Amino acid sequence: MSGQKREKDLNIFEKLYIPEIAKGMALTLRNMFRPNVTLQYPEERFEPSASYRGRPVLVQENNGIERCVACGLCSRVCPALAIEVQASETELEKERYPVKFEINMLRCIFCGFCEEVCPEEAIVMSKDYELVFKNRNDAIFGKEKLLVPVEKLKDRLEFLRKFK
Amino acid sequence: MPTFTVDGKQIEFKQGQTIIEAARFAGIEIPHFCWHPSLSISGNCRICLVEIEKMPKLAISCSTYATEGMVVHTHSQKTVEARNAVMEFILINHPLDCPICDEAGECKLQEYAYDNGKGESRFEEIKNRKEKRVQLGPRIKFDGERCISCSRCIRFSEEIAKKNQLTFVQRGDKVTITTFPGESFDNPYTLNTTDICPVGALTNQDFRFKSRVWEMSKTDSVCVGCSRGCNTEVWVRNNEILRLTPRYNEDVNNYWMCDKGRLETFKNVNAGNRIDGTYIRREGQLQKVSWSEALNVTAKSLKDYKSNEIAFIGSAYATCEDNYSFVKFAKSLGVSNLDYANHILQGDQDDILIREDKAPNSLGAELVGVQPGVSGMNISAILKGIKEGKIKALYVMEEDIVSFSEEWEQVISKLDLLIVHATNENKTTALADIVFPASTFAEKYGTYVNFQGRVQRIRPAVATEEMDRAIDGMEMSRWDKFGTEFDRWKQGHKFDSKPSWKIFMALSQILGFKMKFNMAEEIFSEIASSNSAFKGLDYDVVGNHGTQLKIKQTANA
Repeated sequence: MSGQKREKDLNIFEKLYIPEIAKGMALTLRNMFRPNVTLQYPEERFEPSASYRGRPVLVQENNGIERCVACGLCSRVCPALAIEVQASETELEKERYPVKFEINMLRCIFCGFCEEVCPEEAIVMSKDYELVFKNRNDAIFGKEKLLVPVEKLKDRLEFLRKFK
Repeated sequence: MPTFTVDGKQIEFKQGQTIIEAARFAGIEIPHFCWHPSLSISGNCRICLVEIEKMPKLAISCSTYATEGMVVHTHSQKTVEARNAVMEFILINHPLDCPICDEAGECKLQEYAYDNGKGESRFEEIKNRKEKRVQLGPRIKFDGERCISCSRCIRFSEEIAKKNQLTFVQRGDKVTITTFPGESFDNPYTLNTTDICPVGALTNQDFRFKSRVWEMSKTDSVCVGCSRGCNTEVWVRNNEILRLTPRYNEDVNNYWMCDKGRLETFKNVNAGNRIDGTYIRREGQLQKVSWSEALNVTAKSLKDYKSNEIAFIGSAYATCEDNYSFVKFAKSLGVSNLDYANHILQGDQDDILIREDKAPNSLGAELVGVQPGVSGMNISAILKGIKEGKIKALYVMEEDIVSFSEEWEQVISKLDLLIVHATNENKTTALADIVFPASTFAEKYGTYVNFQGRVQRIRPAVATEEMDRAIDGMEMSRWDKFGTEFDRWKQGHKFDSKPSWKIFMALSQILGFKMKFNMAEEIFSEIASSNSAFKGLDYDVVGNHGTQLKIKQTANA
């Protein structure tokens, strides 16, 4: 340290620190009268914005059928190998549907790659962030837990159309 | 040899070779849809256009003969532009349905679109609608919209399957493929068209939507449907075989295999009636027991009989290694009543691939010595011997003898002891006293000798309980590599079975015979050193495409 010189020595006011303390107190005071940001979870819940990446879900159309065609791209792109898809044939025009669609929520890292790669906008990240399981098996979500009606996902679908 | 130049590289060619052939031989791949090395030249897809110096226009390399001093450019600006334009034309009416198309991942059109396509379409009109999901034949579905009219399937059925069943109808952008009136696309080789179809227009009904191709591992193997021994690839996901595809071998099956071999030879591997663990008959019922118990009981009960009261029946379905250790074990017991059964289906043969002999290894079984020893009985004598009460104990390896004839069925109850190695439950296991679970062709290393006398290797594609994919050098898919015991996609059932030779090894150890092999490869080396037909061979020499054995060919071996 001996060879180095300070760029600038503090002057007398700065050495006193009093103005700095006053500045800090002013900030504290100002914030005392601002609205409270702490949420009283679980009575109060956080409502995420459309850009939030909660647990991935499958979009269910109004006629009760999933959009998914079981192409397996989400499963392939998933860096954590959380998704397993088994396709089968259907009489519907889309020809193919997932007879089994499972996401292992213990593996999922909420990266959103599955949503990004999906050619049908069939898998999207929801706002659901409350995930609790008691054992490994409960953490594997099948179609019954993954399917969410399209109305509930409007926010995210709109967001995707704008920014994806 | 005359030479010509491709992309600045001097290439040798044979007189009469086309540019695409000669280039391919030298390792330069020119894009192609309609051209196939084993089919006639059609020249309708135009993707193989190349620039040839001193020619006024681009030429298709599949039907232009290479000539001395020719200078060909496959990556010049003109060529690439033409290729992109052809891709654009083909993609005009091709639906963008890769997500639901089974071919995705092994689709030529997809690959070339990625390599040569523009990435976007200028076509704003409505795409052509054609018939989808047409049942062309009992095993094939056809999607008219995906078809790019390369005519490979038409040429295949005409030239290779020798059945004129498919044709183009309509003209221009309405052109589509159909069967002739009143015909069904049902020849024994139809499924090869799903392999050669460069897009997903023809799909295998059996495999349809079962799995994406990138999720499976593929293992080089040999078809066990008949004595042709077509080279195959076994596609496995979650320890279950999902499909077989032919593998190129010029000397055996070229690019093809028959539908029967493709569909029916692998279904037993994951079937519900697999023998899973060892069984012993107690109080009239087969009961599951531990391996050590079954082996000890077997060893003890075999010692109760004189060697001339025992007969051994090997199998033309088992590998050379299994049969060799089987013979060695029988001889250690002093048994000379030793034979195997032929499985010849008279008349079920053609001059394409299918053979009368329905077992993959008849010649191999014979060569490694599954035949009666000095003054030993052959199979009909064994049958007679059982009838007369001379044979009291029968040891059967991987063979369903009871299903041979009613005579066998009646006679078998006269035996005191029937020991069976079997892969699946059958009539013989239902009557057996001791049943050992044998591994199928897809669960072990080994070799088969086909009717030509060509020895070919099989490799395990499905793991049994005693195997580990990584340690045993098996092919692994991404799922196999990264899965844990908690992942449902890796919990495919592993059967508790062993290759027959391992069972003989364990028995010899108990009985104190001098026979010790740790790997199938060691057995093969011993065969190679003791049998003149196999001289100088080992697994590396046999390799992926097999080796012709030095044996005299009989007229109808």
